[in-house]
Amino acid sequence: MSASAKNKTTITAEPGVQELFITREFDAPRELVYKAHTDPKLYVQWLGPRGYEMVLETFEPHSGGGYRYIHKDKDGNEFGFHGVFHEISEGLLIQTFEFEGLPERGHVVLDTMRLESLPGNRTRATIQSVYQSVSDRDGMIQSGMERGVNEGYESLDELLAKM
Amino acid sequence: MARTPTTHDPFNAVAEPKRRRVLEVMGVKELSVNEIVALLGWTQPMVSKHLGVLKQVGLVSERRVGRQRLYRVNASQLRPIYEWVAPFERIWNERFDRLDEILEQMKKEK
Repeated sequence: MSASAKNKTTITAEPGVQELFITREFDAPRELVYKAHTDPKLYVQWLGPRGYEMVLETFEPHSGGGYRYIHKDKDGNEFGFHGVFHEISEGLLIQTFEFEGLPERGHVVLDTMRLESLPGNRTRATIQSVYQSVSDRDGMIQSGMERGVNEGYESLDELLAKM
Repeated sequence: MARTPTTHDPFNAVAEPKRRRVLEVMGVKELSVNEIVALLGWTQPMVSKHLGVLKQVGLVSERRVGRQRLYRVNASQLRPIYEWVAPFERIWNERFDRLDEILEQMKKEK
């Protein structure tokens, strides 16, 4: 466990609305948190889910720039995501987000992240994600549930391997 | 916000902002309708209406003391609402834990 294990991510998703909020504090000044979001060499190291290879195909972190990345799992499955950066500055990062694996195109999410400097060289990140419908949002949350279940199985595999 | 005509589960019950407000002011206290009316500044029929729905889905429990009815938030019923987002929260937590490690490295390199 690192010294920063006390920092916990909070997700607020009230029933019946199209948005959710993600908040998290970091034991680092804002310029470093910002750099970790805009330097491609750093970005690939933390964004991808555990057990996936993260390929950053396009990354243009400036207003009007685009991005596309692919998560590859060990069975060769690929999951693509892309979007456009609307605003990229140290306190405010706004981008669109679309998961390419959905049956229908155009289910775009608008993510607004605010980075706020706190005393003691700490930073608070608040992300507002606005979906096109309540069901889009709920679907995204439920996909997390599937992932959570899969990761549970992976942990079980690890445990069984040790027995 | 669209109205939910029938309310059978806690998810629907807390979809209504006024009902969330009722839960907020009640907190961990046991209160009478009049006390809740005083805290919210709403009319008594409005408070009773929302309390009725919250009671129906089990988010609020009722106890009679003499001629009074006292209400309390039933926290265990709020659990499914929390658990719904928990796996999604875990994914983000893992991601940001990795970011923490990278930030630690960056601080050393500075």
